[in-house]
Order: sequence, then C-alpha cells, then structure tokens
Amino acid sequence: MKKLLKHRELLLVGIIAIMVAGFATRAPGFATPGNLANIFNDTSILIILALGQMTVILTKSIDLSVAANLAFTGMAVAMMDAAFPGLPLALLVILAVGIGAALGAINGVLVWWLRIPPIVVTLGTLTIYRGMAFVLSGGAWVNSHQMTPGFLNFPRLPVLGMPLLSWMAIAIVLMMWVVLTRTQFGRATYASGGNPTAAVYAGIDIGRTRFFAFTLSGALAGLAGYLWVSRYAVAYVDVAAGFELDTVAACVIGGISIAGGIGSVAGAVLGALFLGVIKNALPVIGISPFAQMAISGIVIVAAVVFNARAERKAGRIILRDRGAKEVSA
Amino acid sequence: MEVAPIQDSKSAGRTTILEMRGISQIFPAVKALDGVNISLYPGEVTALIGENGAGKSTLVKILTGIYVPSEGEILIDGQPVSFTSAQDAVDAGVTAIHQETVLFDELSVAENIFLGHAPRTRFGLIDWKTMNARASDLLHALESEIDPTIRLKDLSIAQRHLVAIARALSVEARIVIMDEPTAALSRKEIDDLFRIVEGLKRQGKAILFISHKFDEVYEIAENFAVFRDGRAVGHGRLADTPQDTIVRMMVGRDVENIFPKVEVKIGETVLSVENYCHPTEYRDISFDLKRGEILGVYGLVGAGRSEICQSLFGVTRPSSGQLVLEGETLSIRSPRDAIAAGIVYVPEERGRHGLALPMPIFQNMSLPSLARTSRSGFLKAANELALARKYAERLDLRAAALSVPVGTLSGGNQQKVVIGKWLATLPKVIILDEPTKGIDIGSKAAVHGFISELAAEGLSIIMVSSELPEILGVSDRVLVMREGLSAGIFERSQLSAETLVRAATGNA
Repeated sequence: MKKLLKHRELLLVGIIAIMVAGFATRAPGFATPGNLANIFNDTSILIILALGQMTVILTKSIDLSVAANLAFTGMAVAMMDAAFPGLPLALLVILAVGIGAALGAINGVLVWWLRIPPIVVTLGTLTIYRGMAFVLSGGAWVNSHQMTPGFLNFPRLPVLGMPLLSWMAIAIVLMMWVVLTRTQFGRATYASGGNPTAAVYAGIDIGRTRFFAFTLSGALAGLAGYLWVSRYAVAYVDVAAGFELDTVAACVIGGISIAGGIGSVAGAVLGALFLGVIKNALPVIGISPFAQMAISGIVIVAAVVFNARAERKAGRIILRDRGAKEVSA
Repeated sequence: MEVAPIQDSKSAGRTTILEMRGISQIFPAVKALDGVNISLYPGEVTALIGENGAGKSTLVKILTGIYVPSEGEILIDGQPVSFTSAQDAVDAGVTAIHQETVLFDELSVAENIFLGHAPRTRFGLIDWKTMNARASDLLHALESEIDPTIRLKDLSIAQRHLVAIARALSVEARIVIMDEPTAALSRKEIDDLFRIVEGLKRQGKAILFISHKFDEVYEIAENFAVFRDGRAVGHGRLADTPQDTIVRMMVGRDVENIFPKVEVKIGETVLSVENYCHPTEYRDISFDLKRGEILGVYGLVGAGRSEICQSLFGVTRPSSGQLVLEGETLSIRSPRDAIAAGIVYVPEERGRHGLALPMPIFQNMSLPSLARTSRSGFLKAANELALARKYAERLDLRAAALSVPVGTLSGGNQQKVVIGKWLATLPKVIILDEPTKGIDIGSKAAVHGFISELAAEGLSIIMVSSELPEILGVSDRVLVMREGLSAGIFERSQLSAETLVRAATGNA
C-alpha cells in the first residue's frame, strides 16, 4: 500500500507536469519558472489549509468550517489593524493563529465531548463562524486604504526571489511533515483513522487526538485568514466562500483516504498544486469563466474516481488470493 | 408436500427433505468442516450441538448459500442442488433465523418482513395493502397480534424476534434453520417460541435447531447431530440418548497429548480482582492471579468472559469492585492506565481491535510503547524498528520488511504482530482472548508453547478460550463463567472436560 501511495504521488507529479506542458503549448510562457512560482504563491493558502484539513481527515473526521474560520479571523485582524494601526504585526499574526485555533478547538470539543459527528459539527460552525464575521463587521468591508501598509505588504515581501507567502507555505509544509511523521500526535492521527478500535486498545485517546487535529486545522485556518486578507487587501463576510470544498478536494486528489488513516503531506501538497495549476491555466488558455467551475469539478470527480479505483484494488488482491486457495483446495 | 411416515430410528429408512453428504469447507488457514453428513426430516427438529468453533456456523452459511462448500453435495428431496448465492438457497426453500437478527429499526414491521421481496402492484410499485395483509397473516400464524404498520423500534426484543421469524417464513420455506434462537430470550419467550416451532413441525417443515442448552434441545428436538472440530462425531434420536453420552461426544478426546503442559514455578499473587460487577454484563467476579500462572477463562459465547477482560483493561469500567496489582489498589479508567500499570489485552478480533492495517508493521508494534521509544516528544524510527525487530525475531514473524503494511501479512503473522506489540510494552499481566481462534492445529501448538514460555519468564496470563482442549491443556486454574456469573474456579487437579462443560452449561 505504501508502495502504491508513493507510486500515486509520483503519478500525481507526472500528471501535473503533463498538464503544465500541455497548457504551455496553448499559452507560451505558462511553464516559465516565474509563472510556476506565481502559481505556487497563488496556491500557498490552499496548501496551508489542505494540510490542516488532511490532519483532520486522517482521524476519520472532516472540517467544513475552515473557510468560515478564515473569513472570521481575517475580518477580526483586519478590523483590529484598521482600528489600532499601532499594533505590531507579529501580535496580529499571533492573534490570527490564536483565534483560528480557538474556533477549531470549539469544533474539537463538540466532536470529543458531545460525540457529534464531525460533518454535522462543522456544517453548523461553518454557518456560525460566517455569521459571527457578519455580526463583527456589520456587513461592512475593510478596504485596503483602512489597513496599514505593513499589514498588507508582509506576505509580498520578497525573500530570496520569492514572496514571503510562498516561504510561509513551505515552512508550514515542513512543520506538518515533522508533526505527522515525527511526533506521537502524528502517529496517533494515523492510528485513530486507520483503526479507531485498535487505537483505543493501544492506549490512544481518539477524542483528544481529534480535538488536537481540529485545533491545528483551526490554527492554520486562522493564519490563512490573515494571509488571505492581506494578500487580497480586502476583508468582507464572503471571503473564501466555498473554499472548504477546495481543501477537501485537494486532499482527495492527493490520495488522502476520506475513510481516514491513509495519506501523506506530499500528497496533500500535490493535490493542492494540481488544483492551483488548473485554476491558473483555465483563464490563460481562454476558457470561459462560466465553464471553469464545471471543468474544475469534472477534474475533481475524475480524481476521486481514480482514487476509489486505487482503493478497490486492495480488496481485489484479497479476493484473488482467496479464489486461488479455493481452486488449489 | 408429502410427509413420510417414520419407520424406524435408523435414518436410512426415512425420507429426508435435506441431506448433506461429505461436506467440507476449507479456508486458507483451517478446515472448518471435514466431510460432515447431516439429514433433516419433515416435521422434525434436528438439534445441532457442538462447542464454539465446531463448525456449526459454517454449516449454516453453506445451507444459506453464503459459502460454497469445498467438497460434498447437498440433496433436497433426493435431488442434488448447488447454492451459489443466498437467493439460490431461498429459492430452494431454505430459510434461516439468525442469532442476531438483522432488522431495520426505522421501517415498519411489514416492510421488515418483506424487505427485498415485497409484493408489487401492476405498476411495479410496492403494494402496501397486500403487504400489510400478508404480514398480518404471517404474524397471526405465529399467534401474535403485532400491528404490521408500526415501526420496528417500538417493539420489544421478543416481538422483534417474532418479526424475524415471520420474515424467515415469508418465503416459501420447507427447511428452517434456527441459529441459537433462544440466546436473547426469557423463559416465557422461549415457551412461546417453542409453540411456534411445534406449529412449524405440524406443517411438515424440517427444522435445524442450533443451541448450547441441553434442556431446550431435549424439549424441542427429535434428532441430534454433534459436531466437534469440524467433524460430525455422532447423530441419532434424542429419545434413545442420555445427556451424558452427548456431553462425551462434544468433548470426548484425549486432550493431554495435544498440548503438553510445561511445569512452571508459580510465585506470589500479582493480581487480585474482587467482586467486579457491571450493570449488564457480569456480576461478582473475583479471582487471584499469581506470577507465572495461566488462568483459563472458560464459558459459552456470551457468558461475559471477554467483557470482564475488557474491564480489566479499561475499555469498559466496572460499576463496582476492586483491582489490586502487586499490592496496590488501582483504578483503571482507560487502556492507557492499564498499559501503564502493566496489564495488556490481546483481543479476539485482530482485524477490528488489534491492528491498523494500512500502517507498517513496526509502527503497529510500537504504537502502545511510543512513550518509551520517543526522545523529547519526537518519534525515533530507529528505536521503533529496533523494538519491532526484537519481537519479530522472537516470534518468528515472516515478513518481507518491517516497513510493509500489516494488511499484507497472513492471518498467523498478523496475530504475531499483535502479540509482539503487547509484549513490547513489558507487561506484568497479559490477557489473551481466544489466542488460537481461526488458526490451524500446527500453529496452535506453537502458540501454546509460546504462552507457556511467557509464564516461565514470570508473566501472569489470563487466557480466555472456548476450546476445551486448549483450556485443559494450558491452564493452571480455570474460571468458568455462565451468564455473567462465576460458575466456579477449578484447580488443575480437578480439571476435566465434563466438569467444565457442566459448569458452563449449568447441567449439574
């Protein structure tokens, strides 16, 4: 299975490369390093959110509230920056992560203590968090001229030829790789999703593991909230509407099993990049904006079908084995 | 349908509805059935008796078309038939009432009865009127007044059982299999059930009745067949057969030679369990466990054996009672507490409870020991691999590499991973729940040898098993449980198959 996963990640790299090459034939300049770096930068926020989503999915849960969390947190820090221009940026970023983590922790507590199914909890909090963003702002926008230049420019600061936003995504990828493969929490997420009963028997508290997964996802959503608002220089209630589905799609395309317990950081990143390339390419090669959503959707479904087939293969091996035994008997 | 007169007690002279000849069922690791013959007669109940794992359920699955037998033939009215699906069996007139009936709480009684074969109108829609009327007729035939339109969830357990029976009879069935139908019923409900069975007999149906309980068997059945280790070891008329004979058929074999007991020096008391109670599963269970001792826990399925062990391990909590480990009174509230205290539990179902199949072998093995293999909060793969390698060698685990997913291993090797995983926690007390279930005789001996080895090293072992030879061969003492209560603790000198079966089945 690990071989298959490794294989699948390589396959995904191959598919992305072919897509890029294909788009380059229609739109010269698409495959230049500069444009590819832009695509990565554009996809940074999705990558960060997908890694949080992946952690939750690994524990056999789902977090549909990430985009709403992002919208609320983004609105909160934008309003703070507008109201108190003197606040240091570092404090605002820490606040964003903290607010996001708190909202994630609410999901986690509802799932852990009240044992409500995660999809129901986060479907509820999705609406609540967006509603809170509305209440907080009164429906008003925070525009670029109200925010301080430091607040807005931070993600764009070039470091070694790349914007800071890209570097942050890279840092989060590395952090998540360490968390998921090098810590007991990471191992607990895989075990909780891979076989919850066995995990309990091994002394793992599944509820607590899920709680931390949701909190982590929330913290990353909070960070993404700040990044989104400063990058697009505007905060309003409907920021990133529907973006939670993109994070789930990125995970599914990247081979993270919706049933939990299977998946890798590389997979989630590649899944996000896959979506990023399509979203960037479709306008460039002149596809009507009306068709773009439908095409993205078709590609996502195709990826899911591919995944389902790959998972079914595992079952077939067992059957063939059993059949062989029966024949030989 | 014709009902042949009963000529004599020899089966050869009577007309059978169904006959199974030389049926074998071979699974990758075990031969579940080995050339069994069994006959069912119209208007008669045949009781199928045997220990857990004797092959009764496999036989039921063959008869209901779930398994295709590896060898042998099935004859209905003297004609050979072959069932390749559950539908084939239904079409041939075989129906089964299972121990745990699969019904749907949110559907009506009639819908439950006719699910999958509901009467249709000429437009292909469900004909509710006919369906409710026929459901009502079926229930009337069972002397029940249940309204077919109410939802199943509003019924009592016994009423649900009636619905399950009605469902089984809603197809044109001549052969009715009842797999431990009385397991969940009270005495009064059993009487009602038996009246229904008498009714079915009068209609000339052949009934295969599976039960552990001798009193019920003698009450309702005419014929019996005894299975042991996948073989049919006896059959006949119950009227001519005393209970003792059947008990002997069930257990009879020279057990001492199969699992040689290794003598181990038994030390001081390690674990004392005092008056453990649970609201629904067990009551007043007390026992001691000494260093190097193997305590067997015997009983029928559902006697509360696994439940008490799960409480010792913190999966469930007892409502009252005390647990003393090495002189210290402990309150074990979760498996984590148990592991920390040195009590571990190797569960019966390795797939469901034991292993995360997509994860590599070494990660499964190190899972409960991560606190020990990690350094300042970070996992150390090298330590995990070293730990896994140590126990893989010790258990002779066969795998291409320790980094392959556990799911790719054979059943026997998966079992070794589970055991290795728990040994790696350096426990004081290890609870083994059905340690040799589903593995072949050769591997069983290896497992038993290994259990004795652990005891020799000073581990204290609780071994839950439904297999008498295993219990008799390996245990120093045996706790017998019956219906959630202790039916006695027997010293090795007192152990005999018949004593344990009597204690477990409640036959004095």
